[in-house]
Amino acid sequence: MTERWTYEGFEMVVGLEVHVELDTATKLFSGSANRFGDDPNVHIDPVTLGLPGALPVLNARAVELGARIGLALGCTVQACVFARKNYFYPDMPKAYQISQYDKPLNIDGRLALSDGTVIGVERAHLEEDTGKSTHLGGSGRIHGSEGSLIDFNRAGVPLVEIVSRPDIVSPDQAREYVSELRAILVAIGASDARMEEGSMRVDANVSVRRPGEPLGTRCEIKNVNSVRSLGRAIDAEARRQVALITAGESVVQQTRHWDEGDGRTHALRSKEDADDYRYFPDPDLVPFVPSAEWIDEVRSALPPLPAKRRAALAVLCGVAADTEAVMTVVERGQDAYVAEVATHGADAARALVHVKEAFAELGARPRVPASDLAALVAMESSGAVTATQAKTLLGDLIDAGGGDPAALAAQRGFEAMDDGELVALVDAAIAAEPDAWQKYCAGEDKAMGALVGHVMKASRGQADGKAVSALLVSRRS
Amino acid sequence: MAGRITDDDVAHVARLARLGLDPDDVQRAVAELGAVLEHFADIDALELDAVEPMAQPYPLTNVLREDVVTTSLDRDEVLAQAPDAVDGRFAVPPILGDGA
Repeated sequence: MTERWTYEGFEMVVGLEVHVELDTATKLFSGSANRFGDDPNVHIDPVTLGLPGALPVLNARAVELGARIGLALGCTVQACVFARKNYFYPDMPKAYQISQYDKPLNIDGRLALSDGTVIGVERAHLEEDTGKSTHLGGSGRIHGSEGSLIDFNRAGVPLVEIVSRPDIVSPDQAREYVSELRAILVAIGASDARMEEGSMRVDANVSVRRPGEPLGTRCEIKNVNSVRSLGRAIDAEARRQVALITAGESVVQQTRHWDEGDGRTHALRSKEDADDYRYFPDPDLVPFVPSAEWIDEVRSALPPLPAKRRAALAVLCGVAADTEAVMTVVERGQDAYVAEVATHGADAARALVHVKEAFAELGARPRVPASDLAALVAMESSGAVTATQAKTLLGDLIDAGGGDPAALAAQRGFEAMDDGELVALVDAAIAAEPDAWQKYCAGEDKAMGALVGHVMKASRGQADGKAVSALLVSRRS
Repeated sequence: MAGRITDDDVAHVARLARLGLDPDDVQRAVAELGAVLEHFADIDALELDAVEPMAQPYPLTNVLREDVVTTSLDRDEVLAQAPDAVDGRFAVPPILGDGA
C-alpha cells in the first residue's frame, strides 16, 4: 500500500491532467503530417494556420485511438461534441483551441496501481495541440523575453487529455499513475508517450488539507518534464502550501511553473486572465456519435494490457509481477518472446533475466530466434556452460542474429568440467590458499572470494562459480 | 434592452480578445449584444425541456476523413505574408507583460 504523504499535520490531494500526442499520420483536423523533429513550419495548411474560410474535418484514426485509450481505462465512450476554448496566445493562430468541453469522448474510467489502489479517471477527451514557441532573450522563459518565434508543425496535432480524479495522495502514487498510464498508452499503440520529447505532458493539480477537512484551494503545476520531476514538484508545491497556511496566509488559486533548477514552483499566469475560456460548441464540426458496434470493434481490437501481461509473465517465470525484470521486459514488449523461449522447454526465469539484461536494444521481436536462446538456456541449466560463459555466448548470438549455441561454445573452447575435475581444482585451491581456507572455516565468509578466484584462474574461467561456491560450502560443513 | 450586458462586461470580453474598443465602440456593442441577449431571453422563456439540445444546426454526425497526409503550404510563401519571420518561424512580440 502506498503511504499517504503528510507534512505538519496536512495531507495532499492531487489530480493529474496528462496530455498525450496520438500516433497518427496527420493532424486532428487537417492532412498535414503529424511529425516531430522536422524543419519549422513545414507541416502547415490553411486549417493549421487558422486562415479565414478553412474548415476542419475530423481524423478518423485519431478518434479510434482516442476511444482505444478510453476503453483501455474502462471509460464509457459516448457521443461527443467539439468546443472552442478561446484564449489569446500566438501559438494558437485561430485564438481558440478546438477541444471538448461538456461532452467529451470518454468519461468515468479508472486505472489500477500495482498495490490494487484504483485512481478514478474523470474523462479523456480529444483536442488539438498548440504550436511551439521559442522565447528570445531574457532567461529563455516567458517572463522578460523580448519576443517569440513560432513553429506551427505541432499545432493541430491530435492529443488526448486524460484527467484523473483527485484520488492521488502522495508523490510516489502520482509517479506510479503516470508510469502505468504510459505503459498502457504504449501497449495499445496510441502514443509513444515520451515525456522528454513532449509527446506526453503532465500537469498536476495540488492542494493540501488537514485530514477530514474539505478540499483546499488548488494550484496547477506545469512544465514537469519527467516522472521523477513530477514527484519532486508535487512535494515542493504541497510543502509551499502548508507553509503558507501555517503562517496564517492563504493559498491563491493559480498556475505555477516547475523550475527543475531551484526545485520550486513559481507563479506563472496573472489571475485575471486565467480560466476565462468562453467555451462554446464549434459550429464548423458536427458531433461524433459512436455506434455500439464500432465501440465493440475498437474494444475487441485492444491488445492485452500491461498489468495482465506482467501477471502472465510472472506466473510463467515463477517471480512476482512487480519485479524489475518483469516490468522492464513487458515495457519493451518482449514478454511474448520470453514465452516463446519457454515453449521450447527452456527455464523461463533464466530466459527472462537474459532478455532483460542483454536485449535492451533488440525491440519487441528480437532477431535471435527463440529456439536458439532456449538451447542456450538449456545448456546453462544443465551445467554444460557457466552463467558467465552463457553471457558471452548470448553476446555471440546477438551479434550473429542467432546460431547454434553448442557450436558457438565449442568455437570458444567452452567445455563443461565434470565434477571430478572441479573437486580437484577446489582441493588445489584450498592447498594453495591455506590462510583463506582457515579464515573461511572460522566463519569469515568473505574469505571464500580468494578460493573461488583461485579456481577460476586455474580453470581459465571455465569453472562454474556457483558450483565452486557450493562445493566450498559443503566442504566447510 | 438595457441591463442584460454592461459596459464592464463588454470591456472585459474585449480585453480577453485583445480588441481595442473606444468608448463609442463599447456603447454600440452594449446595444447590439444586448439585443442578441434579448433574443436568447425570448428562447429561454419557452418550454423546451422536451427538446434535445443541438450542438449545431446541420442534421449531420460522424463527418470524418481518412488519416492520409496531404500537401502542406509552401513555407516561404506563407512567411512572406507574416509581419515578421526569423529562421523559418513567425516572429511575434513578447507574450506576457504589458497585456498587448
